[in-house]
Parts: sequence; structure tokens; C-alpha cells
Amino acid sequence: MTRARNLSRAIAALAVCAVLVAAPFGLKPYGIYLLSLWAVMTIAAMGLNLTLGYAGQISLAQAAFVGIGAYTAAILTTQGWPFALAFLLSAALCFAIGWLLGYPALRVQHHYLAFVTLAFTTLVFLVLRNEEWLTRGIYGISGIPRPDVLGWSTGAPRDYYFFCLGMLGLVTLATGWLVRSPWGRAFMALRENPIRAASLGVDTRRYTLIAFALGSALGGIAGALYAPLVQFIDPTPFALGLSLNLLLMVIVGGSGFFFGPFLGALVSVLLPEWLRFTEGLYLLIYAAFVMALMAFCPSGLLGIAERLFRPAAKTDDPPALRARKTAP
Amino acid sequence: MSAVLEVRDLKKSFGGISAVGGVSFEVHAGEILGIIGPNGSGKSTLFNCILGQLQPSSGEVRIDGKPITGMRPCDLNRLGVSRTFQLLQVFPQLSVRENLILAGQEHQGSMGSRLLGRRDAGLTPAANRMIDFFRLASVADEKAGRLSYGQQKLLDAAMAFMAGPRLVLLDEPAGGVNPTMLADLRERLRTINAREKATFVVIEHNMEFVMSLCTRILVLAEGRLIAQGAPEAVRRDPRVIEAYFGN
Amino acid sequence: MTDLVQLLVAGLATGAIYALVAVGFTLLWQTSQTINFAQGEFVMVPAFFVLAAMKFGGASFPVALLLGLIASLLVLGVLFKKLLVDPMIRHGVLPLVISTIALALFLKEGVKEFYAADAQPFPALWATTNITVVGAVIALQNLVIIGVAIAAIAALQWFLAATRTGRSMQATAQNPLLARILGIRVERMILYTFLINAGLVALASVLISPIYLAKFSNGETLGLVAFIAAIVGGFNQVRGAIAGGLLLGVLDNLVAAYVSTQYRGAIPLFLLIAVILFRPQGLLGRAEERSV
Repeated sequence: MTRARNLSRAIAALAVCAVLVAAPFGLKPYGIYLLSLWAVMTIAAMGLNLTLGYAGQISLAQAAFVGIGAYTAAILTTQGWPFALAFLLSAALCFAIGWLLGYPALRVQHHYLAFVTLAFTTLVFLVLRNEEWLTRGIYGISGIPRPDVLGWSTGAPRDYYFFCLGMLGLVTLATGWLVRSPWGRAFMALRENPIRAASLGVDTRRYTLIAFALGSALGGIAGALYAPLVQFIDPTPFALGLSLNLLLMVIVGGSGFFFGPFLGALVSVLLPEWLRFTEGLYLLIYAAFVMALMAFCPSGLLGIAERLFRPAAKTDDPPALRARKTAP
Repeated sequence: MSAVLEVRDLKKSFGGISAVGGVSFEVHAGEILGIIGPNGSGKSTLFNCILGQLQPSSGEVRIDGKPITGMRPCDLNRLGVSRTFQLLQVFPQLSVRENLILAGQEHQGSMGSRLLGRRDAGLTPAANRMIDFFRLASVADEKAGRLSYGQQKLLDAAMAFMAGPRLVLLDEPAGGVNPTMLADLRERLRTINAREKATFVVIEHNMEFVMSLCTRILVLAEGRLIAQGAPEAVRRDPRVIEAYFGN
Repeated sequence: MTDLVQLLVAGLATGAIYALVAVGFTLLWQTSQTINFAQGEFVMVPAFFVLAAMKFGGASFPVALLLGLIASLLVLGVLFKKLLVDPMIRHGVLPLVISTIALALFLKEGVKEFYAADAQPFPALWATTNITVVGAVIALQNLVIIGVAIAAIAALQWFLAATRTGRSMQATAQNPLLARILGIRVERMILYTFLINAGLVALASVLISPIYLAKFSNGETLGLVAFIAAIVGGFNQVRGAIAGGLLLGVLDNLVAAYVSTQYRGAIPLFLLIAVILFRPQGLLGRAEERSV
């Protein structure tokens, strides 16, 4: 029976991949841009899912890491550095900063990471805006080039989309490996029951820190892909609003589910388009929707799907939120 | 030769209330020490202080002569101390085998090998041995949350032994287990104690279980040690009878 | 020197407002484990209740104030508890936190869409005069703010310590299970906490809006300051929240005067990071136990 299920899963995955590859051929440039944006946001959301969904920590700093990644890539590539180098540097820088930020904050409890990351996001925004010598402040950086990948130019919208899709694929594979490895088992343990995990030798502090730093690195990667996508960046998008948006993406999709971020990012990117007729009320509707979701099904859309399609396997609460029943 | 576990004058107060008021004892290699006492005698608090869940107000705890007072639980575990919990704490979404692999993985290899190496950290054979020993083969691939209470208790004990610990602290292992499984559990614990030369400390309310399992008994009442010795002697000790039943 | 006194007084005034908000936040956390990420928006909204009462209801300012207070108590106190917190709490802390984040967004966008996007002037309770005290010229408004805030907090402290209900609330905050066993009506105590918070934020709103104008985006900065004040002071302590708020207010004003204003907003953040690094229990808090 599991073989049949694995087969159906593989077929579904292939179908989705086929759709993703075929889609841009039927879309206008704006549609292709949205798809690319979805791919990039999914990467950032996957990072946050590691921190929140697997390690159980609320981070409000993902926007800051996307911003740091975007600016690192933008500053370096507009100076002529090769994209690959800028990309790696973005990831490494965000990992390091994530580690430094998380180290003191995770030594104490009570969701301190949430507040520290909130403060950090505000701080990063201020730096991006004020340090004109580096970031050109509110004037922004324009003319961000799109990379040449082994001779293939990604300048055209469709080509850059495939590049983003490829990166998403690589990140998915890497994260999938991580989640299935003993590290992933440790993450899950410290989310479900940190006390029990500690009594089994799981160094909860270190694993939480790793999850946070890796999540931040993924944010940086998303930023490094975002900059060439929009080809002009200024500090405005990299503020608390984006952090909240990414958080909601993870939650709405289903925190702790591997494909939650994919779904959440889709909803978040498409929602303004669908609700365009409401003229600005869409944020209001989105917020109301999230509150309702939290009241009735905190496990998000994938949680609802799980309840519908596998009722025997359900327990009351979703993976990421079950553990947090007992307040610290 | 120093004792495996040495507790010296351990005290723990919460605000003005003294839960443990100066307890000292030693446990030697291979012993199965039972700690009993009426409700509120401070057994669980004592346990939690030894295990690093609580900071003692004063006093010292040593493992093999090394002070471990206030060490983090995960570091303590890495030193060879493991425990079971009074309130069952297995990972319900993982299979039985996965639970066991989790219990052993932090003692295998390094952080690097845990990321890049085998998914099961090479622990499948060891996990299977544990499954066979605790007779959980029929449910090895089931999610732990689906097991019966007694089976989960066995899993909990199995997890504590996965890492080959020197010292195992069992917090009410018999709680809620039906009589047939109880005999089974007791026999499994005795066997593994002899085979692995592990030292046990057991808190229990089930008098019959603890008397038939343990080699030595400590009795706590109101945060103090009031008697210790062989099970038979303790059972007849008037101070113990008074602590349980009053005057 | 007179400048310094002026700055200090102004700082204490802003700090007093921060303290009100931080105290409410801390009380909510203590009694019901509610981390209210919408606390900043809670301070932003009451001013708009008042403005709406005047604009759409034609009420005079004093009447509008009263209506605004009642609306705040109802919406930010009762409705908040019954509609958001109660259904959520059984799912755990995380969904509640997410909900308050969504609520913050909801309130912010709601005000922006249904009232106005630009900053609104808000009438003051006092005359904008200056008085001279020991040679220093001090704005009357600062003294009024400090006075009102002190009175409110003193009243709150008295209530918590001297009345039976207040002591029951403290017991609920310290140990809800035990409180229940002792016969305290825990649910009702928690409701009172929410009402007190609603009152405190309404007061803060009315005090701060004349100075900084009422704008839908005010919540962001105010909320952040409240959280930081609570943590810096010592998360578990009402006294800590007061100390944290005052400290932040004074620091903010001093820094703005003597250091570049570009990074004015960063001062609370640095303070937060410093506290977390060197004294995580806060300035007035006690070192926390590892939880069992």
C-alpha cells in the first residue's frame, strides 16, 4: 500500500513540475514575474519554516535577511563581481548574522527570539535607509544584472524564471535531505517535546540555533535571487511588513509541513491579484482570514487537507503548534 | 571506588517551602535503588534536581566523582545518565523504531555525520535489538501514538537504554501498567540491569513492584531521608510505617 | 543645564506613556500567557474611536472621550478576549501570537481604510502653555502627562495590592491552578486584566495622540517600545515595565538631542540587545528557573 502511495506521490510531483515548466509559455511578462516572485518567496518561506515549523521559534527577521541578501547581491554585482560569488556570500553572511543574533536570544526563553528579531528587522531597515555610502539609501540601487549561468543568459523574463525555478529545486532537494537526516529528526524532537529531547541528549540550544541560522541563510538566498528579478531595490520592501507576510505564508500553508511554504507563498503572491477588485481591502480580508484560520485550524491549509484526506492519522493539533500547547 | 551517583546534602526550596531538606545518599555500580515515600515527600523534586531540570538550592550531585550539579539535561545524558518520565513522553508522530533511533543518534558520530551520513545514523540494528528485547516487534513500524499505554511505557524504557547509559533514573515506571505487563517489565529491567551492568534509581509508588525489583530502598518523607536498607528491613521499619499511615 | 531638565521631563513624559502600555502588556502576559503583538495598535485605535465619535456622532470632546473609553473597553477588552483569545488558547501559545499579529494588521488596515490614511490632529486635554520651575521652562503638557500616568499606575498598584479582587488577580497571575483551587474565579480575573489593559492603552492613546498626531501606522513604533520596555524592565514584573518604559522615554529624548536623529529609533533596539546579552532577566527581574 505504501508503494502505491509513493507512486501516486511521485506522479503528483511530476505533474506539478510539468505545470511549473510549461506555465511561462502561456503567460504574459507580468504573469511570469509573479511566478518568479512565488519561487523566490517560497525559498524565503522555506527558511522560515525551518525556524518556525521545525524548530518552533517565531522569527520576525526574515525580511531583514532577504534585504541583506538582496543588497549584498546588488552591491556586488553592480560592481562587477560574478553572481555566483555574490550569491554564496549572501548566504554565508546571513548564516553568520543569524547565528550571532540567535546565540544570546535563544539562551533565554519566553519567545525572546520573536522580540529580538522584531527589533533586528527595524534596525536593519534603518541601516539600509541611512547608510547611503553603501546602499544609496532611499535612492536605491538600479541596473542589477541578471547572471550568466554557464553561458546561458538569464536576462529575459522566462529565462530568469527558469533560473529561479532551478534554484528552488536545488533548495528543495537540500532542505528535503536536511529534514530527513538525523538533524531533521532532532529538529522535530525539539519542536514536539524539547524536555524529552534534551533528556535524550539532543542539544536543544544548538539545534535551534542551527535551524535559525539556516533559515536566515535561505532568506539571504531568496534576497540574492530577488534583486536581479526586480533589477531595482530600495529599502522599502525589506521591513517588518515583509517579515509578517512571510510568517503568514508559513502559517497559512501549514507550519511544519514540508510543502506548506509552497502553498502559503502561492496564496500570498496571488491574493492581491485575486482581490484586486476589493481595492485595498485585501490586507484586511487576509488578516481576518488568518485569524479565522488560527481559531479553527491552526495547522493551515495543508493541515485542513490532512484532516480531509487522512482522518485516521490526525491528532488534534498540527506538528509545529502541538508542542507549544504548554506555554513556557 | 567512587559511587556511580553521589548526592550530598541536597536542598531545594520553592519560595518559603522546603521540598527537599538535606538528602544524602550513594548508589553503587549495578545496584537497583528504589526511592519511595508518601505523596509530597520530595521524590520528584529530588529526581529533577539530580537530572538538571531544577537548580538545587544547595548541595551537590556527583556522577563517578564528577560534580554535575546544575548541568544541562542534554549534557548529562551525554555523560551516560538517562531517564524515563512519569508522564509518558514518547514522540507520538514517529514510529517505534524512529523513536529509538532518535534516542541513540546524539551518541553516535558527530554533528557533521548526523547531517551528511546515514538517515538512521547506523542505529537500525541496535534499535531492532532493543525492539526484540522489549518484545515490541509487532508494532515496530507503528506510530508511537497508536500504541497501548503499556507498550508506550516499554518504549519509554527502551529509549532510555538506547544510548547504553551508566545510570538510569526511572520515574514511576510501573504507573498505569496492568499487572501482567508489570511482571514483564520487571523481568526486562532486571535482565538489562545484569546484562549492561547499568545502575538504576527508581521512584515508585507501587510497593510490590519496587520491593521485588530493587536491591536497596531509600524512604523519603517530608523532604528528608528517614530510612534506607534492604527491601524487607525497610518494609518492617516502624518509621516507614508511620510516615505512610500516620500514628 | 536647564536644557537637560527640560529633556528629562519630556523624556519622563514619553516614558510614562510607554510605561502605561508596557504595564498592560506585562499584565496580559502574566495572567493569561497572552503575548499581544497588537499592543501598539491597541494604543493607536482608541484615539480613532474618540475622533469617530466626534466626527460621525457629533459628540463634544469630553463625551467623545467617554465613548472612546467605553468602545475601547468593549472592543479591546471584552471582544478581544472572547472572540480571539478564548477560542485560541486551547491551541497553544503560537496560534494566539499569530492571531495577534494578524489582528495588528487588521486594526491598522481597518483604520487606514475606514477612517483616514493621513495623520489626524487630536485635541489635547491641557493648554499648550509653558511654566517655569526653578529656572527651567517646562511644557505643561509633560507635567500633565506625568501626573496622569502616575495617578493611573498608583491607582492600579493600589487596586492590585489593597483590594480583594486585585489580590485575586495577582494570585491568578502567579499560579492559575492554585488560584482556581482556592476558589478564585480565574476566568473573571483574566477578563479584568483584559479590561485593565484596554483602559491603560486608551489612556496612553489619549495622552500621546495630541503630541504625535493620530495615525494608523503609530502602532508599529509604540508596540515595539512596549515590548522592549517590558523585557528591559524584567518580563515578569509590573515594576519592571514601569522602569523600562521610563528608561526608554528618557534615553530616547536624550539621545535625540545629543546624537543624530537618524538612528533615534535604534536606541531601544540596542538596549534590548544589551539586556538580552548581559542581563536577560531584565533590570528588575529575577533569574528564571529552567522549566521542568
